[in-house]
Amino acid sequence: MKKITGLIGASAIALSVAGVANAGELTIATVNNGHMIEMQKLTGHFEKANPDIKVKWVTLEEGTLRQRVTTDIATKGGQFDVMTIGMYEAPIWGKKGWLHELNFGNDYDVNDILPAMRGGLSADGKLYAAPFYGESSMIMYRKDLTDKAGMSMPDNPTWGHVADVAKAIHNPDNGVYGICLRGKPGWGDNAAFITTMANSFGARWFDENWKPQLTSPEWNHAVSFYVDLLTKYGPPGSTGNSFNEILALFNEGKCGMWIDATIAASFVSDPKQSKVANDVAYAQAPVAVTKRGANWLWAWALAVPQGTKQSEDALKFVEWATSKEYIELVGKTNGWGSVPTGTRASTYANPKFQAAANFADAEMKAIESADPSNSTQEPTPYTGVQFAAIPEFQAIGIAAGQQFTAALAGDKSVTKALYDAQVAADREMRKAGYY
Amino acid sequence: MGYRSAKLIKHNLTVLSAWIFALLFFFPIFWMVLTSFKTELQAISVPPLFIFEPTLENFTLVQERSDYMSYALNSIITSFGATILALIIAIPSAYSMAFFPGRFTKDILLWMLSTKMLPAVGVLMPIYIMADAAGLLDSRTVLVIIFAFMNLPIIMWLLFSYFKEIPKEILEAGRMDGCNTWDELKHIVLPLSWGGITSAGLLSIVLAWNEAFWSINLTAADAGTLTALVASYSSPEGLFWAKLSAVSTLACAPIIVFGWFTQKQLVQGLTFGAVK
Repeated sequence: MKKITGLIGASAIALSVAGVANAGELTIATVNNGHMIEMQKLTGHFEKANPDIKVKWVTLEEGTLRQRVTTDIATKGGQFDVMTIGMYEAPIWGKKGWLHELNFGNDYDVNDILPAMRGGLSADGKLYAAPFYGESSMIMYRKDLTDKAGMSMPDNPTWGHVADVAKAIHNPDNGVYGICLRGKPGWGDNAAFITTMANSFGARWFDENWKPQLTSPEWNHAVSFYVDLLTKYGPPGSTGNSFNEILALFNEGKCGMWIDATIAASFVSDPKQSKVANDVAYAQAPVAVTKRGANWLWAWALAVPQGTKQSEDALKFVEWATSKEYIELVGKTNGWGSVPTGTRASTYANPKFQAAANFADAEMKAIESADPSNSTQEPTPYTGVQFAAIPEFQAIGIAAGQQFTAALAGDKSVTKALYDAQVAADREMRKAGYY
Repeated sequence: MGYRSAKLIKHNLTVLSAWIFALLFFFPIFWMVLTSFKTELQAISVPPLFIFEPTLENFTLVQERSDYMSYALNSIITSFGATILALIIAIPSAYSMAFFPGRFTKDILLWMLSTKMLPAVGVLMPIYIMADAAGLLDSRTVLVIIFAFMNLPIIMWLLFSYFKEIPKEILEAGRMDGCNTWDELKHIVLPLSWGGITSAGLLSIVLAWNEAFWSINLTAADAGTLTALVASYSSPEGLFWAKLSAVSTLACAPIIVFGWFTQKQLVQGLTFGAVK
C-alpha cells in the first residue's frame, strides 16, 4: 500500500511543478549563430540598464525555430516576446498583422540601417523587424591557388570566367576541388543559391501574372551551367552540401572557390577555425547577362509578435540589441572583428572595424548592391532576391530544390527537373488562387 | 571435420557476429564522446582523427552558455512523473483486461497500439492550442501528461502480457479467502508482477527521456528537457560538431548510467514472452 501511496504522491508533485512565466520576464527565441550567442552573453548589460526586466533565451535549430515560432504566432500562443525571424517572414507576417510595427526614438537613428535591409524587413512602408545581422553572397577564393595558376578573380566576373578559374585550380589528386557550391535541397539551401545564379542569367520565378517561369530558356541555361560546373569541378557528394558542410571543406583547404553567404568570411579568415585563413580573398558575385539579383540579401532580425503581453519591454530589448551602442559594446568587449555586420552604415564607416575585418569592404559592397525590389531582368510582381516573399514560396522552393538536386545527382535531365519543378509550382499557385 | 570442431566454429562465428553488431551499435556513441573532446577544426578533419590532444573546452562552453542542471531536472521530473502517471492508469486497466476480458478487449488493445502509428506532428496544432488554452504551454505538467499518454499503449501491452502469465487459480484462491478486487490487485497481482511493472516503468523512463518532438514544440524557456538543449546546439551558419557532441554526451550520460544499472530488468521486460 505504501508503494501505491508513494506513487500517487510523487505523481502529484511532478504534475504540480510547472514553470510559469512571470511579468517582467522576456522570452526570446533565436537561432544558434555566433552573433546570437554573443548577444546572450551581453544581455546582462541590458538587464542592468533595465532592472525590472529579466531575459530568458530559447535557442533552436533554424528549421525548428521557423516551425516553432510559426506555430506560436499563428495560434497567438504568446510563448515568445521577441522572435528572431528572417527577411522572408518579416514582410509576410507584418502584412498579416502578426507583428508589432517598430517605432523607435531619434537616438536609434533608423536611417543608419542600410536601405536594402530596411526595405526587406518592411511591408507597406512599415518596419516590422529590426536587423540584428545581415548578409549578402560573394565569392571567397584561395588566392594562393589562383596566383599559382596564373589566374585572377575580378569583382563580378562572368560565370564563364568562374568556370575557367575552377578548371585551373581543380586538383582532386591533391584533395583540392575547383569550386564548392550548395547542392543540398531546400528553399534556403540550394534553391537560394541557384536563384541568384538564375537571376543573373535573366530568369525569374514568376511573370507579372504570377505564372511560374521555371521552364524558360534562362532557367534551363542557369541550371545546366550549375550542374555542369559542379559535376566537373566540384567535390564528390555535392548533393549533400550546404553552408556548414562547405564551410568545413573550405576550412580544411579542400575548396578552391566558394560562392556563399558573406558571413562565411568571418569564419574562413579565422585562423582558429580555418587552415587557409591567410590565403582567402574575396570578390563580388559572378554575373551572366545581368548584375541584378546576382547576390542575395538576407537578415536575421528581431521582431515583436502581437501575441506578447509585454510588447513595451520587448520593444526596449529590440531597440537595445539592434542599436549602434550594442555594436560598440560588442566591439569593446569581444573585438571589432566580432561585431554583427550587414545592418548599419556606421559599422562600415568605423575605422576600428575596417582595421579588424579584411572582408569589410567586400561585404558592404555586396549588401549595398543587392536590391530585393529589383532583382530580376524582367519585371516581376514579387520582392526578394533569392526568394519571392509570398507564403507559398517555401513549398515551391522546397519542391524546386529537390528537382535541382535530382538534376545534379544525374537522376534526371535538367529539362525534366525544371519541368517537374514548374508543375509543382503551378499546382501550388493555382491552389492558392493566384490565377 | 568432426562434430565438436563444427560446433566450435559455429560458436565462434556466433560470438564474432555478436561482437560486430555490438561494436556497430556502440560506434556512434564512441564517436560522439570522442568528438566532444576535440576542437571544432579537429572535429571536421578529413581523414577523421583518432589520436589528438583532448580538450575540455566544449564542456566549459556548454556550461557557460546553458543551465545544464535546469534542463536535466526537467528531464528527470518529466520522465519519472510521466512514468508514474502512466503506471497509475495502466495497472488497473491491464488488470481488468487480463482477468476480466470483455467482448472488445482485444480491439481496445489494438486500437491503443494504433495511436502510436499516427505521426506526432499530425496533432501538433490541436494539442498546442489546448495546452495554450489550459495555460500549460512551457510547463512540465504538459510534458508529463503528453509523455504519459505517449507511453501508455506500450506499458499497457507489457503489463497485460505480464498479468496474463499469472495463473487465474491464484486469484480464485484469494477470492475464496475473501479478497475483494482491491485486495486481489494489492496482495496478489502486484507482488507477483513487480518485476514486470519495474521493467515497463524503466522502458517508459528511457522513452520519455529521449523524446524530442513534444519537448521542443511545447516548451520555451522554462520547461525544456535535455533533448531541447541538444537541439539548440545545431547551427545554420557555423561549425558546431564538437560542441554538439559535448552537449549530447552530457545529455546521454545520465540515462546510459541509469540503463547500465537497470539493464537486467530492462532486458527482462523487452524479451518477456519472446520465446513463447
